[in-house]
Amino acid sequence: MTVNNVMTVEKPADQAVEMRTLTYREAVREAIREAMKRDERVFLMGEDVGHYGGCFAVSMGLLEEFGPARIRDTPLSESVFTGAGIGAALGGMLPIVEIMTVNFSLLAADQIINTAATLLHMSGGLFNVPVVIRMATGGGKQLAAQHSHALEGWYAHIPGIKVVVPATLEDARGMLWPALMDPDPVLIFEYSTLYNMKGELPVEPVAVDIDKAVVRRPGQDVSILTYGACLFKALKAAEELAEDGIDAEVVDLRVLRPLDDETIMRSLRKTHRAVIVDEGWRSGGISAEIATRIMEQGFYELDAPVARVCGVEVPMPYAKHLEDEALPQPHEIVAAVRETLG
Amino acid sequence: MSAIPVEAEKKVTQPSDVVLDRAEALDLLYQMILIRRFEEKCAELYSAQKIRGFLHLYIGEEAVAVGIMKMLRPEDAVVATYREHGQALARGVPIGPVMAEMYGKQEGCSRGRGGSMHIFHKETRFYGGNAIVGGGLPLAVGFGLADQMRFDPHVTACFFGDGAVAEGEFHESMNLAVLWNLPVLFICENNLYGMGTALEYAESETDLAAKAASYRMEAESVDGMDILAVLKAAKRGVEWIRNGNGPYFIEACTYRFRAHSMFDAELYREKTEVETWKAQDPIERFSEMLREEGMMNDADLAAIEERVAREVAESVEFAEAGTWEPIEDLTRFVYSEPDPNRRV
Repeated sequence: MTVNNVMTVEKPADQAVEMRTLTYREAVREAIREAMKRDERVFLMGEDVGHYGGCFAVSMGLLEEFGPARIRDTPLSESVFTGAGIGAALGGMLPIVEIMTVNFSLLAADQIINTAATLLHMSGGLFNVPVVIRMATGGGKQLAAQHSHALEGWYAHIPGIKVVVPATLEDARGMLWPALMDPDPVLIFEYSTLYNMKGELPVEPVAVDIDKAVVRRPGQDVSILTYGACLFKALKAAEELAEDGIDAEVVDLRVLRPLDDETIMRSLRKTHRAVIVDEGWRSGGISAEIATRIMEQGFYELDAPVARVCGVEVPMPYAKHLEDEALPQPHEIVAAVRETLG
Repeated sequence: MSAIPVEAEKKVTQPSDVVLDRAEALDLLYQMILIRRFEEKCAELYSAQKIRGFLHLYIGEEAVAVGIMKMLRPEDAVVATYREHGQALARGVPIGPVMAEMYGKQEGCSRGRGGSMHIFHKETRFYGGNAIVGGGLPLAVGFGLADQMRFDPHVTACFFGDGAVAEGEFHESMNLAVLWNLPVLFICENNLYGMGTALEYAESETDLAAKAASYRMEAESVDGMDILAVLKAAKRGVEWIRNGNGPYFIEACTYRFRAHSMFDAELYREKTEVETWKAQDPIERFSEMLREEGMMNDADLAAIEERVAREVAESVEFAEAGTWEPIEDLTRFVYSEPDPNRRV
């Protein structure tokens, strides 16, 4: 049984990497399949993950492939199945707990925050909890105020857990294995609007870490710091800005806890301007944390105040035009960048 | 205190008689007295401000932990509550590190990070020390799930109080443990009060075994002040589980002689009620039984008391001699430290 931290594939440099097209959903499914095949301690547990195939069809076909002992449908009891994942992790398994949406995770907040995040510390280092908890997050599907919120930044407040948000297909497939190999609880947030996103991935898994932010678009004039579904809105905004000769750098934060300060500050030292784009609410959100860190660590690098484009502070409305307005949009990012540039 | 009719005894394949030889019986008495004297000392040390924070004494309830633990194997797991020093001692967690934990010293079993409510111990598979009422039940379900998936023949004993029965996590856990046939022994220590709220002010149905049974859980209610009754119930439960029948629920009717915590003025219960229950003192009852059976005399009891006094004194010395963790270490144990030998 191998316990590498990353899924690696070594190929001679001159050999062409075989590629194939798949969706974000399929990339997550591949990640689960690969992990299940690689380590018999891995299993998936959550609401409708088995016979239904997953609320977002992520686990479609896995019940047939791996059987009901390892693809476990649970009752609508977020607290006990999340807690059972923690207990099973302590008992020697590597559980993947799937919670349908981050809103539902609040029913398991006791287990995540009071148990998973605290056990190692409360026990003076005796008991670590290698559980992985996946959940969908974010708005944009007209699911209103109890299925659409982006609370990952709020979880990033909690010491003892790690919070990762794969935006790309590569991360969707690559982040699960290092999360499972991590000795501590890792929360993986999947933006539900990304599940249908298509792209090309190498057939063989590529090594991905869960430590570092990544520059997705290098630029000189401004740093757009974002993650999740907003990454693609930021990239779209950057293209629009490029038409006017503004060269934006887009940083995919990927990991909200612990934040990769180094990559953020490196980008800032290059561009001297920052716009943070976050679907979460502005007050007390992860954007506030990032802005504060920039002030603490990079104040004298700044040529302009840090700007933020955040979710509007309202429970998510159902009507499409209102929901669109409540979420960060490319034109708002463009406007914020222009304002920052003066 | 009424025992509800259960089918458990019919179904368990082995008879549930518990036969104790003299050494075993005296050892059980020793364990109960150890918990009693240890906690009396803790109360004293609390008044002396050596122990701070909360301190929830188990005095009066000793027969439950000692009786249950007797039927467990070393490889079994225990999930306990915040009233768990007694459970920890009964499980065999070394007394010195338990006392040092109460002091907050780094020689404590949780390095002083946990305190009285968070006793943990690897060698005895003692997983706390959970101070969210009901929070330990899902954890125990998970241990059972891991054992089932790994084909490990272990039992996870999960202790909780009557207050936990009002939590959603109790109901979710009962349901899932039965649904998945998990090897978990649930022990509800019904001491009649969730902090200061009497059971009848909190529950529409005060028959707690009936609540568990409504999930098709094998459930019974026993006199938790009678260690023999607890031993028999624990034996039935553990055998039921080890025979692959799934989880088992024991309501142990008991009473805490002391306040809920050291902050509790006990305005919610009559002194006469406390005295009535003290007449059922599990240590007195078991001592009396042993005398009647001719298994113990005054010299035996004196020897136990002497041994206990010595061990409690040694635990205090151990804690007093303990050291404070350096402040520079404050942020340790939030995440695992790199360990090349760690196998996740």
